[in-house]
Amino acid sequence: MSATTLTPSAPVQAAPRGPSFAERATGFLKACFDGPLNTAITLGCLAVLWFAVPPFWAWAVTNATWNGNAQACREAGGACWAFVREKFWFSIFGLYPFEERWRPATMITILVAMVIASTIRRFWTKWLFLAWAIAAPVMWMLMQGGILGLPYVQTRQWGGLTITGVIAVFGLALGYPLAILLALGRRSELTLVRWFCTAIIECVRGVPLISLLFMAAIMLPLFMPQGVTIDRLVRVLVAYTLFTAAYMAEVVRGGLQAMPKGQYEAADSIGLSYWQKMRLIILPQALTITIPAQVNTFIGLFKDTTLVVVIGVFDFFTTLRAALGDPNWLGFPTEAYLFAAFVYFVLCFAMSRYSQNLEKTLRPESR
Amino acid sequence: MSSTTTAIMPPSRGIIPLPGGTTARGLLIQAGLLAAVIALGWWFWSNAQANMARQGLQFGYGFLDRSAGIPIGESIIPYTPADTYRKALTVGLLNTLRIAIVGIALCTVLGILLGLARLSTNPLLRGLTGGYIEVIRNTPLVLQLVFWHAVILQLPSVRQALNPVPGFFLSQRGVKMPALIADPALYVLLGTLAAGALGWWLLLRRERARQVATGERRSTLAPGLGMLLGLPALGMLAGYVPTVEWPELAGFNFEGGLTLSPEFFALLIGLVVYTSAFIAEIVRAGIQSVHKGQWEAARALGLPPGRIMRLVILPQALRVIIPPLTSQYLNLTKNSSLAVVIGYPDLVSVANTSINQTGQAIEVISIFMAVYLAISLVTSALMNWYNSRVALKER
Amino acid sequence: MNWKMFAAAAAAVVTFGAGDALAGRDLDQIRARGNLLCGVQGPSNPGFGVPDAQGRWSGFNVEICRAIAITIFGDPNRVQFVPVTTQSRFPALSAGEVDVLSNNTTWTLTRDSNVNRFNFPAITFYDGQAIMVPRRLNVTSARQLNGATVCVQPGTTTELNISDFFRANNLRFTPVVIADLDEIRRAYDSGRCDVFTNDFAALAAQRTLLTRPADHVILPERLSKEPLAVTIRQGDEELTNIVAWTTFALIDAEEMGITQANVEQIAGSSTNPVVRRLLGVEGNMGESINAARPDFARQIIRTFGNYGEIFERHLGVNTPLGLERGMNNIWTRGGLLYAPPAR
Repeated sequence: MSATTLTPSAPVQAAPRGPSFAERATGFLKACFDGPLNTAITLGCLAVLWFAVPPFWAWAVTNATWNGNAQACREAGGACWAFVREKFWFSIFGLYPFEERWRPATMITILVAMVIASTIRRFWTKWLFLAWAIAAPVMWMLMQGGILGLPYVQTRQWGGLTITGVIAVFGLALGYPLAILLALGRRSELTLVRWFCTAIIECVRGVPLISLLFMAAIMLPLFMPQGVTIDRLVRVLVAYTLFTAAYMAEVVRGGLQAMPKGQYEAADSIGLSYWQKMRLIILPQALTITIPAQVNTFIGLFKDTTLVVVIGVFDFFTTLRAALGDPNWLGFPTEAYLFAAFVYFVLCFAMSRYSQNLEKTLRPESR
Repeated sequence: MSSTTTAIMPPSRGIIPLPGGTTARGLLIQAGLLAAVIALGWWFWSNAQANMARQGLQFGYGFLDRSAGIPIGESIIPYTPADTYRKALTVGLLNTLRIAIVGIALCTVLGILLGLARLSTNPLLRGLTGGYIEVIRNTPLVLQLVFWHAVILQLPSVRQALNPVPGFFLSQRGVKMPALIADPALYVLLGTLAAGALGWWLLLRRERARQVATGERRSTLAPGLGMLLGLPALGMLAGYVPTVEWPELAGFNFEGGLTLSPEFFALLIGLVVYTSAFIAEIVRAGIQSVHKGQWEAARALGLPPGRIMRLVILPQALRVIIPPLTSQYLNLTKNSSLAVVIGYPDLVSVANTSINQTGQAIEVISIFMAVYLAISLVTSALMNWYNSRVALKER
Repeated sequence: MNWKMFAAAAAAVVTFGAGDALAGRDLDQIRARGNLLCGVQGPSNPGFGVPDAQGRWSGFNVEICRAIAITIFGDPNRVQFVPVTTQSRFPALSAGEVDVLSNNTTWTLTRDSNVNRFNFPAITFYDGQAIMVPRRLNVTSARQLNGATVCVQPGTTTELNISDFFRANNLRFTPVVIADLDEIRRAYDSGRCDVFTNDFAALAAQRTLLTRPADHVILPERLSKEPLAVTIRQGDEELTNIVAWTTFALIDAEEMGITQANVEQIAGSSTNPVVRRLLGVEGNMGESINAARPDFARQIIRTFGNYGEIFERHLGVNTPLGLERGMNNIWTRGGLLYAPPAR
């Protein structure tokens, strides 16, 4: 391995208003072909591209079927995007009653609007917390019904991308306050409080999420008195919230520890109580500087919503897999998996880019 | 579980006092918490006992000695359905450890390679690796596992098994390879190998001390390799030749030899590919964190590039790399529980079946949670120990 | 935030049920709610219950539930279908998330006993665990399967039965244990296993989803008895009667030769008192089991036909499942279907 291939901080992006196109092109070619090793690497990469891209393109675009039925797909021989089209709404709404589909659709709309609003820094005030606190129960009641003349739809009939969104959002909305409490508790001077919070955080982080899901699905009902049952989706949310809280708590703790001691002392010196100090001085700063880390954690948690498959909840991915069992559309798993991968990728990649941008914009201010 | 996070753990900065500290109010809060925890625990416990009694169950670990009756597809130790639940769960645990250990070793290697490729001066390689890493990191592991399982099931059937090397068969039933029979000759072979390795290590230590004292470098390759290969060869010449069992096609399947199942491979590939993408980013960040001046200084000293990496850059980068790498190792181990999705009989999957057959949910879940906690603690302890060694070399 | 909504939400997620049901309590609840919550195998079970793109269900088990809805409400559409899985079905029934399970649940002692507190008013399908193999293996009996790799779903009696069967016959096998039925079918389809074992009807249903269904045979051995019945909670005699007599009406109608096509004509012309009582022309059968209308059986048969017609429509030889009537034939034709008379 030559030293040149390992030069740190390789400039990935071109400088603004840099060299001309011709200069960049020659620079690129030079970087690709200086020395025998580099040339070999370049040729290797080109070979990989040559063997991967044209066949994939032929399958996914040239020979693909966008309209029609399974028979048309089999005749064309390429990707069967018609299958994805056919099952698209099913993968969004799952088995939610057909006539009531406007309700999950509205819920998703509210959800998307709230998420977009939350990404705008101007809205980062306590009102955002309040908005979420109101929106979350409203979304739940809209889905569940049973009031205001909406027919009751039990959570077992929820499914698809809707339930993925519900789990991720409610897990975060419920887990976030808990995470703050746990993080504060872990840094508390009260020994018992500290032990208790540390034990919860470490125990939850030390075991796989699916063991927590099993615990919620199988053990939690055993812990309830006879005759009291907790809705299955709520049990899933209990496990997922606990999981979110434990991971977020460590991120928040990082923020608390990064606060200069002077901030604490200044707050004490003007006579603020513990909660006033935390609420007005420490937490706003500690939470803000850790937002990129929070987003990164949330990406992981969002991908983990797929694990609910182990206890039979039909989330987006599982719903798509269930659609593979349609006797009229047998044999298109690759299309289904690619579509699912695409949706998760778009959502997660957008979040990670957002977090990277935030990191850049937040840095000069917080130091 | 499979989260992208690496916990932020700056050095502890002292504890922020709650109002009152150990004053009356502080004591009151703690007493309240303790009472609440005990009350909740007691409430759960009494409900659980009542519920189990209604189902004709009794809390206890006695069921572990009952015959399990559940079939398990693959096991390192001999197992039949007539064995006890204790044995079945042990089989599951060993399968978890097997996938975790092999997975950690492989994902470290692949992760470092990808991380270096990501830093290459070659824009094509850098771009390709970057795209690959982003795709892997931003799709759920469950999806990838299901994908790999489907890919492996596309391999030829048993009867048309690929036979790349004599004795090795590759089919949708997994990999079949020759096995060594556990007899005295095998122990002699293992013993001589270990002795050879120990000898090489001792030699290496002596030569390093010598280099520090005299500045002279001598290669240990020839005598080291001689010991590593020569000692087992002597053993074989003395008549201790291990017996090899070759796989043969008989009836429905191959008989004899060692089997690595498709589920094992799908899980291994899935975990390694997924985790190595995260490790690549950790390695990249670690190497980038070493100041450019270190490269220039090392080059000015006339060190060859390979040794700059090994002696100057890596030791410094490791300090940044080790803590997040530890969380990735733990993530891989915990993620191995997704085996249940594709049917690899790991601890969680055997435990889940045991719960269904016995109804002893609390006991079984407590067992596997305790096991995972123990694995996490041991891994953390090992990595912390390694980290402290790396840190000590600092200056 | 409105506190009433909060209370409603809390009440909806945590259900406080009484320990023991009073007679008729479940039925009263169903009537008050205005629809029947029917648990069916999710996400789908070919022949027995399959949702279409709009989420509308059809299949054998689905029509049984619709028939029960006719008995209760006089309306086959007053049913809400709730998908449940093998693992979640009993908790769902105990918790009241469903009123009835019509999802191929086997009637066993433990489930019927005071421990689990379920009730099985009537058997709708006689089944047994079976073994499916690819035709090209030329296997005719399960005893030829020494050394085979077996695909099996964990956590059910299926897993224990197959293990016992191989042990009893002194055969060896390698299990491949996957919880998800779709995943395990794909594993078998690709050739990962030589053998796929499950209840016979379920195997036949899974066979329709294989790449080449005709290339697979189900061996004649039955490893177990699996009487599949509609399942309800214990303690509601009225609902028990309604479920039982809905099923019996379907079976009796077939025995008497009453079909969807001729039911009206027979009701108008028959002089046979048993037929007249069943179809509600005379007597008070509907009233005696608390049905919505006296001629509930007539309405059921007019809507769906008799047991045989429902069977043939969804499971029979002319469907992808291609099941013979076998044990599920009327007793007079060598089957086990023998319903009490409507008198």
